[in-house]
Amino acid sequence: MIDRPARKYGGLTLPGTRIPDVGRRPSYTVEAEEGILGNCGLMGVCDEAGERMSGELAVRSMASMHDRGNGLGGGFAGYGIYPEHPDHYAFHMMYADEDARQDTEFYLARQFAIDHEEPIPTRAVRGIQDEPLLHRYFCRVDAERLQETQLSEADYVVHAFMDINSGIDGAFVASAGRNMGAFKGVGFPEEIGEFYRLDEYAGWTWTGHGRFPTNTPGWWGGAHPFCLLDYSIVHNGEISSYGINKRYLESHGYQLTLRTDTEVVTYLFDLMLRRHELPVEIACRALAAPFWKDIDLMAADDKEFYTALRTVYGPGLLNGPFAVVLGMADGMVALNDRIKLRPLVAARDGNRVYVASEESAIREICPKPEKSWMPRAGEPVIARLRGAAFGAAPQSVPAEVN
Amino acid sequence: MSPDSATIRRVPTGPARRGPIGAEPARKVAGQPGTDKGAVSHEGTQARIDAGGVYYKTLNEQIREEMLNGAQTVILENVNGQRYIGGGLSGEDVRVVINGVPGNDLATFMTGPTLIVNENAQDGVANTMNSGLVVINGDAGDVLGYGMRGGRLYVRGDVGYRVGIHMKAYEDQRPAMVIGGKARDFFGEYMAGGELVLLGLGSDGEDIVGSYLGTGMHGGVIFVRGEVAEHQLGKEVSIAPLSAAEQSRVEELVRDFAGWMGLDAEEILERRFIKIFPYTHRPYGKLYAY
Repeated sequence: MIDRPARKYGGLTLPGTRIPDVGRRPSYTVEAEEGILGNCGLMGVCDEAGERMSGELAVRSMASMHDRGNGLGGGFAGYGIYPEHPDHYAFHMMYADEDARQDTEFYLARQFAIDHEEPIPTRAVRGIQDEPLLHRYFCRVDAERLQETQLSEADYVVHAFMDINSGIDGAFVASAGRNMGAFKGVGFPEEIGEFYRLDEYAGWTWTGHGRFPTNTPGWWGGAHPFCLLDYSIVHNGEISSYGINKRYLESHGYQLTLRTDTEVVTYLFDLMLRRHELPVEIACRALAAPFWKDIDLMAADDKEFYTALRTVYGPGLLNGPFAVVLGMADGMVALNDRIKLRPLVAARDGNRVYVASEESAIREICPKPEKSWMPRAGEPVIARLRGAAFGAAPQSVPAEVN
Repeated sequence: MSPDSATIRRVPTGPARRGPIGAEPARKVAGQPGTDKGAVSHEGTQARIDAGGVYYKTLNEQIREEMLNGAQTVILENVNGQRYIGGGLSGEDVRVVINGVPGNDLATFMTGPTLIVNENAQDGVANTMNSGLVVINGDAGDVLGYGMRGGRLYVRGDVGYRVGIHMKAYEDQRPAMVIGGKARDFFGEYMAGGELVLLGLGSDGEDIVGSYLGTGMHGGVIFVRGEVAEHQLGKEVSIAPLSAAEQSRVEELVRDFAGWMGLDAEEILERRFIKIFPYTHRPYGKLYAY
C-alpha cells in the first residue's frame, strides 16, 4: 500500500488516501516499430441542412486512406450525436486506471451536475488493445456555481477541461462539448471507428483522422481530434511555430499538456472565435496570414486591415506545413498553410460539403459530387449549418480562462 | 454510485476487449490491404478489370499479368484512390484507361505506356517518369512531374502547387507537360530541364499561374499563354518573347495536346505565349566561392 497525499484540483481538495501499489502507471505511448513511410490523412463532412449521417460514412472515407497512417492513431469527432442530451457537456474521459477515475469523478461531481454517465460503448476489434478505461459523463453547470466563480459557462467548462488534463495524473479529457464527442485511440482509423461503434451514431458533421506520428509518440490521448468545448481539430502536418503559439496561449490562460503541436490550433480557434468573437474567415486569415509581400500589393484598405491583423495576432500565426479541419457546433472549416505543403481537396454535393486529404476519400462516400476543387493555400473552406437551432449564441463574456 | 472498472469491463460490448482477437473491420474499400482480385473480362487484345475495392498492390499485379498475357489495352473500371497505377510499367504499345480517380503517384517510374485518366487525378502524377504519355481529362493535384525525366503529361483542367518540380532533361530525354487550365504557386520549382506549357484556358480573368514561378529554376523552359506579372516570378527567372524555333515547338506540343483533348489547336494558338527561363545555369555558383 502507498499513501497518496491530499491534493488540490481547481480550488477543491481531495483528502489523502491509501491505495494498493500497482507500480508505475502505463504511459499509453508507443513508438513506431519500424520506419514506415506515410503521412496523416484527414476528412470532414458537414450537412448544412443539419441532416444527420451515420458515423460509418466517416469511417469508410478514412478506411480508403489506410495507407496514409501507420496504425498509431485514429479518431473521429461527431456533431449532433447526442440528441437525448443536446445541452449537456459530454465529457469523454480516458483513464489510465481506477485511481485516475476516482479522482476525476470526485472532481466532476463537485463541479457539475452529472445527469447521466456510462461507459463509452465499444466492441472488440482486432488490432485495438491496451485501451484506457473509457467513460462519458453528461454534465450541466449549476447557475450557482457560475455566480460563485463569476465565469461564463464556457469558461467554466474550459477550466474543468484544463484542470483535469493538467492536474489529474492518468486522466485525460478527449472532448467536452455539447451534442458532440471525440472518439480516438491507438489504431488505424477504421479500427477505431469499429471499436467505438460509430455506425451506431448519427451526426450532421463528422471529421476523421488517421495518424502517422512524427514528433510525438502515438498514445491514446495523442490521437486526433483535439477538442475544447464544441471545437475539434484534426490535423495533417506540423506546427513549426508551436513554441511561440504555446507562449501566446499560456499568456491567455491555456495549459498545453498534451505533448503535441496540434492542440495549439484548437486553443487558437477557441481564443479567436469564442473569446475574441472573430468571424471564422478572419480567424483563418490570422492563422494563415498573407505574406508581407502580398500585403504590399493590396489596395489601401486591405493593406491596412491585414497589417493590423498580422500585428495583433502575430504570435497566433501558424507556420509550417498543415491541413486542418475544424469541427464546431454550427459547421466545419478546412484550412491549409500558406504555401500548400499538405494536401486538401474539397467537394460539394447538395447540402453536403466534403473535405479530405485525397479526392478518392470523398468519392468513396460521394461518388459523383456536383463540384470538387482544390482549395487555395490559406483560403478556408467553410460549411455552415443553416438555421439558428444548431448554433449556440456566442459567449459574450470576454473573461480570461484563469 | 458509479460502477468500478471491473464492472465496466463486464459491459456487454463484445466477446473480449483486449488482445489479438475480435472483429476485423469489414469495410471493403480499395484503400484496405487485401489480396482479392478484380473481375476481368477479355475482348480481343483488350482486358477490362473491375478495380472496385481492389488494393493497389493487387491491382498493379493484375495489370502486369494482363499485359504479360498479351493485352494491348487494359481498361480499369471503378478505380478509386489506388496508388502507383502504371508504376514501373514498361512497353511502347500498351495503353491503360482509368475510369475513376486514381491515387497518388500515378505513372511513377513508367517507361513507355500510354495512361488515360477520364476523371480527376490526385497528387504526384508522373513522379520520376521515364517515357510514355499520361493524359488526364480532368484536374490534377500537387507536385506533378516530380523529377520527371522524359515522356509527356497532358492535363485538361487545373493543376495544384509545385507542378513540374525538379523536372530534368538529358540529351534526347526531354520531358514535356501541357496544362490546359491554371497552375498554382511554385510552378516549375527547381526545374532543371524539360518544357512546361501552361494554357490557362477558361481562366476568366483569374491569374493563370500563382507566385514563386520558377523559383530555384536552373534549366528547361516554361511557356505561358498570357501575361505574368514581375512579382509572380521566382528570383532565378526572366520573361522573354519566344524565338521562331520555340514558337514552332510550342505549336507542336499544343497541336498534340489539342488532338488528345478534342480541342481546337488554332484557337488556342491565337493568343501570344511568353517564355520564362532561368537567366543563369548556376544560380548559387558564387555562394561559396568567388
